[in-house]
Amino acid sequence: MRIRMIGNKIGMTQVFDESGKVIPVTVLKVGPCYVVRKKTVDNDGYSALVLGYGDVKEKKLRKSEKVFFEKAGVSPKRILKETRVNPEELDNFEIGQEITLEIFKKGDFVDVTGKSKGRGFSGVMKRHGMSGAKSSHGTHEYFRHGGSVGASSFPSRVFKGKKMAGHYGNETITVQNLQVVDVRPEKGVILVKGAVPGPNKGYIFVSHAVKKQAAVS
Amino acid sequence: MNVIDEIEREQIKYEEPPFHIGDLVRVHAKIVEGKRERIQVFEGYVIAMQNSGIRRTFRVRRESYGIGVERVFPLHSPRIEKIEVVRRGKVRRAKLYYLRERVGKAAQVKRLLK
Repeated sequence: MRIRMIGNKIGMTQVFDESGKVIPVTVLKVGPCYVVRKKTVDNDGYSALVLGYGDVKEKKLRKSEKVFFEKAGVSPKRILKETRVNPEELDNFEIGQEITLEIFKKGDFVDVTGKSKGRGFSGVMKRHGMSGAKSSHGTHEYFRHGGSVGASSFPSRVFKGKKMAGHYGNETITVQNLQVVDVRPEKGVILVKGAVPGPNKGYIFVSHAVKKQAAVS
Repeated sequence: MNVIDEIEREQIKYEEPPFHIGDLVRVHAKIVEGKRERIQVFEGYVIAMQNSGIRRTFRVRRESYGIGVERVFPLHSPRIEKIEVVRRGKVRRAKLYYLRERVGKAAQVKRLLK
């Protein structure tokens, strides 16, 4: 069962592993998440849990939101996110139940979703990693361009998907198969190896990896 | 308060580096050979330190059979068993890269006399 936990990116640092190697890690605050609502096949057509994370002042809520949390008997949450579960497993959860980061173990692989830093309208060098043009040998006002966009009379158009300048960043990105280096429940953080999309303090969603499982030892 | 600072603090072995630039040091570094682990001693002058906190590294230079050898160690690495200061050096800069151009006796650092 994969549960998508909600959290914040705190930042990056490094740790030494058992053999003394330096591992670059991202510190993620994960949970605690609370079950705010259960979606059932009968009622909603599919089964899922709605998890809430992060407290919010009651005066910031609209009346409809306030009533929603009152009915659930859960203190108001800033972020709500659905996580799909099998219909049979839905009974294992109750509304108001706390889910902590201890569902992740050291050595597990996780997928982390975040919203990447917005870079605005960016040129092809930043956006697509093109190499630009020579800065000498007669170049005139043509340093960071992408070169030709295609041939002339055939095809008489620019192919779809041609890499050009445009809006870059501020999109949802998932990084797969990051290894959990450490879990520290007392501080509410996990350490994953490698980088995670988004700025520090940005919201992230963490779940067990779809494509990779920890080796059973 | 800051979680990252706490994580870094836990791993720090020295508040201040136990040596200065220009000191002749013996670094006892653990190395793994196949399955065996043994300690290798690397003796030379500390010619540079870089970064701060948990990321601090130091560079040790020695001349071995006429060839200059430099190694960079992370100061707080658990692979470093111990660092001995053989003698203090009298230097006037923080980076001793000029030693690279020198050979033999000229490549030595003067002893610091108290």
